[in-house]
Amino acid sequence: MANYSTNEFKGGLKVMLDGDPCTIVENELVKPGKGQAFSRVKLRNLMTGRVGERTFKSGDSLEGADVLELEMEYLYNDGDMWYFMKTDGSFEQYAVEKRALGDTEKWLKEQVPYTVTLWNDNAIAVSPPNFIELEVTETDPGVKGDTAQGGSKPATLSSGAVVRVPLFINEGEVLKVDTRSGDYVSRA
Amino acid sequence: MLNPSLTGHAKGVAFVILEKRTMASDWRPSASIVTLRERARLLAEVRAFFAEREVLEVETPVLGHGGSTDVHLASLCVEATTSAGGERLWLQTSPEFHMKRLLAAGSGPIFQLARSFRDAEVGSRHNLEFTMLEWYRPGLAMEELIEETVELIRRVLPRDPGPVCRRRYRELFRDALGIDPFTEPLPALRRLAGETGGLTMADSDRDGCLDLLMGLVIEPHLGREGIEVVLDYPASQAALARCHRDSEDGEWVASRFEVYLAGLELANGYDELTEAAEQRARFEQDSVVRRRQGLPEVDMDARLLAALEHGMPPGSGVALGIDRLIQLALGKPRVADVMAFATPRC
Repeated sequence: MANYSTNEFKGGLKVMLDGDPCTIVENELVKPGKGQAFSRVKLRNLMTGRVGERTFKSGDSLEGADVLELEMEYLYNDGDMWYFMKTDGSFEQYAVEKRALGDTEKWLKEQVPYTVTLWNDNAIAVSPPNFIELEVTETDPGVKGDTAQGGSKPATLSSGAVVRVPLFINEGEVLKVDTRSGDYVSRA
Repeated sequence: MLNPSLTGHAKGVAFVILEKRTMASDWRPSASIVTLRERARLLAEVRAFFAEREVLEVETPVLGHGGSTDVHLASLCVEATTSAGGERLWLQTSPEFHMKRLLAAGSGPIFQLARSFRDAEVGSRHNLEFTMLEWYRPGLAMEELIEETVELIRRVLPRDPGPVCRRRYRELFRDALGIDPFTEPLPALRRLAGETGGLTMADSDRDGCLDLLMGLVIEPHLGREGIEVVLDYPASQAALARCHRDSEDGEWVASRFEVYLAGLELANGYDELTEAAEQRARFEQDSVVRRRQGLPEVDMDARLLAALEHGMPPGSGVALGIDRLIQLALGKPRVADVMAFATPRC
């Protein structure tokens, strides 16, 4: 892989740091007008998901990481591995470990496209679309007439996620949910 | 024609459209038109400030036969065809050299809003080219120039930023890190800087370590409760300032000040060095360091040295990043927000 120097560090660049692939979140030049320049870099470790900060001397470089983010549809799981298929027409499948799946496990729905992060062709992370439509499988019966405002209640969705929904929602309804916040958005 | 296997995915189509839209909006200014009107109003205020004080506005070239040799400034240069034929000209990193030549020619007090260029300086607080407000006051003591700088800052800001606090460089390091920046042994300084930044500083010099600690630990807290003026920098960081012995401990310090507000470095001022021989020695020292570090060599400004030899009146001068001050005045998070077209959009 190519090496990238600090002035090429920008949001989204994938680099190797301490043996792990990382994505650069933010790069800020720290330089007293009359002094040496440093880059203060925020990186997300793609293996752990943790965000940390490191400083580099201007001109230092890091090795690029062979990381690809591809759109793949969720197919099924066998309890051990979760299977995804590329949406580029190649029908190529990837098996994903539970560890790489992380929180995305509770947002899985067949035939929905997810972003799968591959490092050296191994899936290391999966992120859901920002919004997803899921069916309510379990919730208290809806309260009629309560469409304006007021309380909320928990509802379990077909993927296993539990979200707070308005009181008028019934089992069997399909909801639009924001996967980043886990918030109910609307009826689908 | 889209790949048929993709057409089933509404998200894929939306992505293509979104990408087109992003590309198409690149022609737009980095700052809103409302902001640019405000910027023009604030610049008019700056000009009025100097007109009231009878400081002459000047315009000097952005190109010069000499560039800044400063080891920490990267100059851009252009190949030009002039009356001398093909030659290499340097884009100024500040208007300092031309303005000092005007001082030596008897201009009296002068100011300039000058486009300046610093290669590789890119970020939320930096832009490759930016506007430097620089002014010189022959015969004025640095202390008086500090007061004038603070007055200008207050004039531009919509609200009083709070009281002025003068801090010594040494005191800042003692308070924030418990070390004396002048006497802390180099190995300990390297260790502290390395641990602070999570990098190896084993081959860094004193000033490199101090710059890192200043930038990462001290600067972000400066000017949070008012305007902070930092004084008495190490003599090794004098740049184009005179040096003097500290009255308390006899340490050589630079007659230099920096003004901070809201964690931003706004201005850098000097009791200006006027001795040609000392100036030449510093330029030559810079060139030695540049060669040693494998940095590009920059032609030193022979005409500035000639002007100093002729004689430049003693006095003070200051350079203020006016884009940053406008950014603070308008409450914008990034310096690009107050520039018509920041470098990525130029």
